[in-house]
Amino acid sequence: MNADLVDLLREGLLETLYMVFWSSLFALLIGMVLGITLVVTEKGGLLESPKLSKVIGSIINGVRSLPFIILIVLLLPLSRLIVGTSLGPTAAIVSLSIGAAPFLARIIENSLKEVSAGKMEAAKSVGASPITIIFRVLIPEAMPALVRGVTIGIIGITEFTAVAGAIGAGGLGSLAIRFGYQRFREDVLIATVIIIILLVQVIQWSGDSIVKAIHKKRYKFE
Amino acid sequence: MVNIQSLTKSYKTPKGDIPVLQDIHLQIEKGDIFGIIGFSGAGKSTLIRCLNRLEEPDSGTIEIGGRVITDLAEKELRQARQKIGMIFQQFHLLDAKTVYQNVAFPLEVAGHPRPYIHQRVREIVDLVQLGDKENTYPSQLSGGQKQRVGIARALVNSPDLLLSDEATSALDPQTTYSILELLKEINRQLKLTIVLITHELDVLQHVCNNMAVIENGRIVETGSVEKFFLHPESDTAKRFVHIIDYYRDKRHVMEGVGAGI
Repeated sequence: MNADLVDLLREGLLETLYMVFWSSLFALLIGMVLGITLVVTEKGGLLESPKLSKVIGSIINGVRSLPFIILIVLLLPLSRLIVGTSLGPTAAIVSLSIGAAPFLARIIENSLKEVSAGKMEAAKSVGASPITIIFRVLIPEAMPALVRGVTIGIIGITEFTAVAGAIGAGGLGSLAIRFGYQRFREDVLIATVIIIILLVQVIQWSGDSIVKAIHKKRYKFE
Repeated sequence: MVNIQSLTKSYKTPKGDIPVLQDIHLQIEKGDIFGIIGFSGAGKSTLIRCLNRLEEPDSGTIEIGGRVITDLAEKELRQARQKIGMIFQQFHLLDAKTVYQNVAFPLEVAGHPRPYIHQRVREIVDLVQLGDKENTYPSQLSGGQKQRVGIARALVNSPDLLLSDEATSALDPQTTYSILELLKEINRQLKLTIVLITHELDVLQHVCNNMAVIENGRIVETGSVEKFFLHPESDTAKRFVHIIDYYRDKRHVMEGVGAGI
């Protein structure tokens, strides 16, 4: 085992965490807005507008059909524009956020659709406005499904950061490619793989714990 | 209290329009418990949902407490809905909220101050006899208790009218009876007008003063509940009453009444 291994891994892990955190946050914000819009504008929705729903749906499908590595290349100029560079973890956050947002939007859309129309009608029947229904009924009622879905999304983003590492984003993925693959450092390769596996486990476990806590609160029997 | 004139509604399908309500005229007096009875698919659910415009009628007018509901713009409609309570067959409580929060929701929507909400929710939760369940979540309640929460939510903002969309159809007979008693009590105490739809004769007989029979989207008979049972005119009413007669006759035969023994 080489002495530099720990330093390399620590740096890689920190970069990965940095990318995952910010990309997840931005992708979640964009995905939430898109997902909610999809649900409320669809036919029979709270703010029915089939045209808007179709436009957003098509954009999401368009972005999702691009392989992620190509999307990163396409978004390089945008990264340069927003953060001033097309290299490094910060630049990757731009591509990661935009690449993952449509994926999260679909997951969020599906979670929100699980809320029964009857609950929203009940809220309508007491005179609640669409905005009130979205924030006080739709989102809280869908919360367990949302957390479960977003967990899948964040794990997806973690995978994407490794891909982004291949073209200069830094992080554990880049470590595995640059050292493990190109310089035949098997110890680095194995160590990064183990860390990524652990990282994904921790994310999944956190998501599960939150869902469990919500269920325990709402569905416990005395 | 409620005045419905020439109400029509049809559902649009690719194969053409299917009429669900045809030229409905109906007057409901203040303080009445009015039952609308009909078989499945007769249009009764659509009719009651038109009253607070959860369904948009195609034409006709609905007037509730002097306000023409069918003329209201979105914002006024929301205000009007605050004074029209509604309870549902499947309760439609919010699982993410406690009993207290479910009942408080309409008051928050109406923008009442917190101390008032607190006091009012207490009052109404006591009225439906769930004072000890305030901090419980709906999933921990029985069907009857859930409907009581539904009723509390519908009543908390002191509505002028209560709509009941098959509110007891998902409950067992014992619970149905207690919910009906509660509705009667509320009608008496608060002088609240109640419109309920049902396919259960028991419900009609137990709580309603007046009724309308709906058949294929048309009102075919109106009048007192007594008239419905004594002199049924419409086909639907006769079929309903026939079921009772059948069993009464059968019992008479079995017990020997009429055989002169």
